[in-house]
Amino acid sequence: MTLMTKPGVEPLRVEPEAIEEAAKLLYIRACKILPDDIKAGFARLDGSETDATAKTILATMIENIGVAERMDNLLCQDTGIPIFNVLVGRHVQVDGWALKEAIARGTARATREHPLRSSVVHPITRKNEHTSCGERVPVINIDFTDAERELRLEMIPKGSGSENGSFLQMLIPADGVAAVKRFVVDRVIQAGGKVCPPTIVGVGVGGTSDLCMHLAKVAATRPLGSRCADAEGAKLEAELSEAVNALGIGPQGLGGDSTAFAVHVETAATHITMNPVAVNIQCHSARRASATFTPAGIEIGF
Amino acid sequence: MAHHTLHMPITEAQVRALRAGDTVTLEETLYGIRDATQIHMFDHGRRTKFDLRGHAVIHTAPNLRKVERSGTNHSGYEAVCVGTTTSDRMERFTRPLMEREGVRIIIGKGGLREGSLDAFRDLGGAYLAVVGGAAALETTWIEAVEDVDLDDLNPESLYKFRIKGFGPLLVAMDSHGGSLYAAVNAEAARRRQAVLERLGAG
Repeated sequence: MTLMTKPGVEPLRVEPEAIEEAAKLLYIRACKILPDDIKAGFARLDGSETDATAKTILATMIENIGVAERMDNLLCQDTGIPIFNVLVGRHVQVDGWALKEAIARGTARATREHPLRSSVVHPITRKNEHTSCGERVPVINIDFTDAERELRLEMIPKGSGSENGSFLQMLIPADGVAAVKRFVVDRVIQAGGKVCPPTIVGVGVGGTSDLCMHLAKVAATRPLGSRCADAEGAKLEAELSEAVNALGIGPQGLGGDSTAFAVHVETAATHITMNPVAVNIQCHSARRASATFTPAGIEIGF
Repeated sequence: MAHHTLHMPITEAQVRALRAGDTVTLEETLYGIRDATQIHMFDHGRRTKFDLRGHAVIHTAPNLRKVERSGTNHSGYEAVCVGTTTSDRMERFTRPLMEREGVRIIIGKGGLREGSLDAFRDLGGAYLAVVGGAAALETTWIEAVEDVDLDDLNPESLYKFRIKGFGPLLVAMDSHGGSLYAAVNAEAARRRQAVLERLGAG
């Protein structure tokens, strides 16, 4: 008989009611308060932008961040598709099924009680249940970490303007990394102003087709200033960040230097016959919120 | 680069006076429209009770709170957050919006394409860029959600907003063939090769 926990270690127990409350709070908070790293990203772009129209547009975006906080309002009308990342640390006890149900209940309550626009419809009938929920939505990604007695819940309201800027190409080994770079540059040109630049361009390299696209989403939604853990990936993101900002697309696609805050790359091992690349884009309203559950309590952040 | 204050609705001459690069502030009335609204109006043949002739429409689907209908509020809604969505998806509706409904101005983000530019030239219209994702600010320019139509499509209904100082907006596409987006896209295409060569991917 295997014990569920090490003798002597009291696991962190997280109740579904706490998850539901956190999911509701995080959805609303994410829609209203931009993370500090994104605010710093705006200040950096504003400092280096040389185009007059682009500077005016950046100033309006920065003003909007202040208006949203002062008036306790949403940064953007697009409440997005709700995504929750659940990061389960060691010695954590949670009813997984109840957790998924609690996240959906919290999402629906945020939508009805705030109220938020439900941006979620059935893919064929286009029927909106006005809960921001539907089949397989909220999107819930569950992973495990080595954090001791910690459960982290991250919320991302992913806007559609930038999500429609998603692209996958199953390149082959003979195409090399040069084709990966060309793909990213060409998709940024194709996306133009439609994805609400300045953006975070998320790039997935490697894996399977679905993993590659997931990597691009992870890359697009991680904090500014973070680096790809893989050294080759980190090199690629530095090169591509400079490249896309040399295209002149600028804020809102109206010209300028500030096309992207950054290009982020995430990598995974792939097959000897494969060279997949994916792009997923995050708009300038790069919203995130998080709740971290530990034995000391719940900490709300980004 | 001139600034124009337009009290809606406007005439063809007024819209043809707008040049790409000018700025505009709108007053009085603005209609909110979106994907489903236009799919139902133009693909399913539904008609609106609103007279859109000479008016401006904005590509939006707002966050709203239900309230009692009273006084000048015939919609039963008040604005929580009104912002702007990506226009490109609605490209094919520009000409019918102008031909059938008489719309003069489209407000959106990210721009429209060649077909819309042709419609603006042929029929007298313009595209005004609002800063996308700046919805908290944009909401302060909305005084009321006065009325609503096709509300079974909520949140993609057709909304009549009362506005005050809506702008400044940038004339990004005009009735004389001017498009800031086309200029930026051409410039990006021109720079592409040099960018790829620096990446060793030329």
